[in-house]
Amino acid sequence: MEATSNNQNRRQFLLDVAKTACGVGMLGLGLGLYARQARALPPAAIRPPGALAEQDFQGACIRCGMCVRDCPYNILELARPEDDLATGTPYFVARDIPCEMCEDIPCVKACPTGALDHQLTDINKARMGLAALVDQETCLNFLGLRCDVCYRVCPVIDKAITLERTHNVRTTRHTMFLPTVHSEHCTGCGKCEKSCVLEVAAIKVFPIRLAKGELGAHYLIGWEEQRKAGESLVAPEIEHQYNLPEGYKYEQGPGLSGEAAPPAAAQPGVPKALHGDQL
Amino acid sequence: MSETRKIGADALTSKGWLGAHKWLLLRRASQLGILALFLLGPWAGLWLIKGNLAYSLTLATLPLTDPYVLLQSLLAGHVPEKLALIGAALVTGLYVAAGGRAYCAWVCPLNMLTDLAAWLRRRLGIKGGAHFSRNTRYWILAMTLLLAASTGTIVWEMLNPVSMLQRGLIFGLGLAWSIVLAVFLFDLFVSPDGWCGHLCPVGAFYSLIGKASLLRVNAMQRAACNDCMDCFAVCPEPQVIKPALKGHTKGIGPVIDSNNCTNCGRCIDVCSKDVFGFGSRFNNKAEVGAPQRGATALGNRS
Repeated sequence: MEATSNNQNRRQFLLDVAKTACGVGMLGLGLGLYARQARALPPAAIRPPGALAEQDFQGACIRCGMCVRDCPYNILELARPEDDLATGTPYFVARDIPCEMCEDIPCVKACPTGALDHQLTDINKARMGLAALVDQETCLNFLGLRCDVCYRVCPVIDKAITLERTHNVRTTRHTMFLPTVHSEHCTGCGKCEKSCVLEVAAIKVFPIRLAKGELGAHYLIGWEEQRKAGESLVAPEIEHQYNLPEGYKYEQGPGLSGEAAPPAAAQPGVPKALHGDQL
Repeated sequence: MSETRKIGADALTSKGWLGAHKWLLLRRASQLGILALFLLGPWAGLWLIKGNLAYSLTLATLPLTDPYVLLQSLLAGHVPEKLALIGAALVTGLYVAAGGRAYCAWVCPLNMLTDLAAWLRRRLGIKGGAHFSRNTRYWILAMTLLLAASTGTIVWEMLNPVSMLQRGLIFGLGLAWSIVLAVFLFDLFVSPDGWCGHLCPVGAFYSLIGKASLLRVNAMQRAACNDCMDCFAVCPEPQVIKPALKGHTKGIGPVIDSNNCTNCGRCIDVCSKDVFGFGSRFNNKAEVGAPQRGATALGNRS
């Protein structure tokens, strides 16, 4: 009699445990999947300066809002449940209000966990995102005008954004000044996007993973390798057999107008195509 | 309770309204006061406290960190800066002294709503509902810690109604009200004390911190108990009362020793015989030669 009751108790206990474990497991699964979705930062949301990579950030940020409080320009907000990013984490939207790039970086100092990396002490080294001129069809400078606003407002002017001059083939007699972003200097503060005069900005700040391409690891950029090595890594070109305008020279030789470089001897072991005489 | 009578009516007549609501009023003052301190900054520009319950800095010097969220962060693989660690140590120390779940009763803003749901349940006579184990909260606690470790992110903070409500009130609520409302309706219609007493992993975590807490409710005058059952009716964790109140025959001391007691003090308020009071956990001697069921004769209503 006692044994059966014990047995029943054990059955009931195991059943209860299984029930609870299943329920909690389902909840956990749902939460986990939801968390996976929330791990991708939406393109318009920019993290404060010094924010760790998104996944690490979501493990380090305890959603206290100290960065929000210490931002002197009230730029940061904590995400609400209906927003597309992890609830309670700080962000700003550049088109609404960009980062002012304070020199003392109070938001980073306020962070108690280091989700905003305390190693960041020079705001110019911040990489909140990367500006990209996404629409050349509406950018006024690409239409031949001298808007230049994104270039003028850039806190890292002439480094993060330069105006590259090129011939305007439509008018045939003007120069176009094309705003060009350089990723090694752009902090992603968003001032360019904020100040773009168009209805919808032609230049926008995106998370770096969206804005930046990446070369295959086996790619070598010839002129950089040449600079590093101090000489060309491929066989020197031979002289092309046509005349250049007065004063122009081949990259690797004086050209026909100057003194001819001695023709390069064919190097043994190097494929013929690389000798440069097949073109 | 066979007759229909208001819970706490006896205490009301013997102690007066104020006396029968002393701890409740103090508790609400604490919960609202803490919230008000946090709101003083954004609403009045008076920055005594910055941040929220996850982490706050008081008077620009005192750091206080929620050890539960910090533990999740640690499990997610992030080692925090010193201030957050100091804050967590201070808070842990505080609740080891004051009772872990004093957080629930004296600090948590969501508790006011779940208390309201429980009160409405009693007033409207809503009975029954889903029943599941009070240990579910420990399962959920384990699940949130496991999720933090396995995903490398603090997953629970995406749903946590406690932090969502407090953060929402201070930084902007958004749709967080819907999650808070869901908890309220769940407690009101689906399961009595469902959230705080069964599911909430925050409370579960703090109950573990308070396992050996110094401050405890003590049924010191349990000999005077008249079995009116009012304390069981108002207590959000009624299972914690019985051993202390009725354990004298088994040699169990009068201290409510369960880590799930929230130190809310409602039992003290609602008892017309002043059986309960706050005391130290060490003040736990079972009376020698205690009167056997003598209390029943003292104030038994027929």
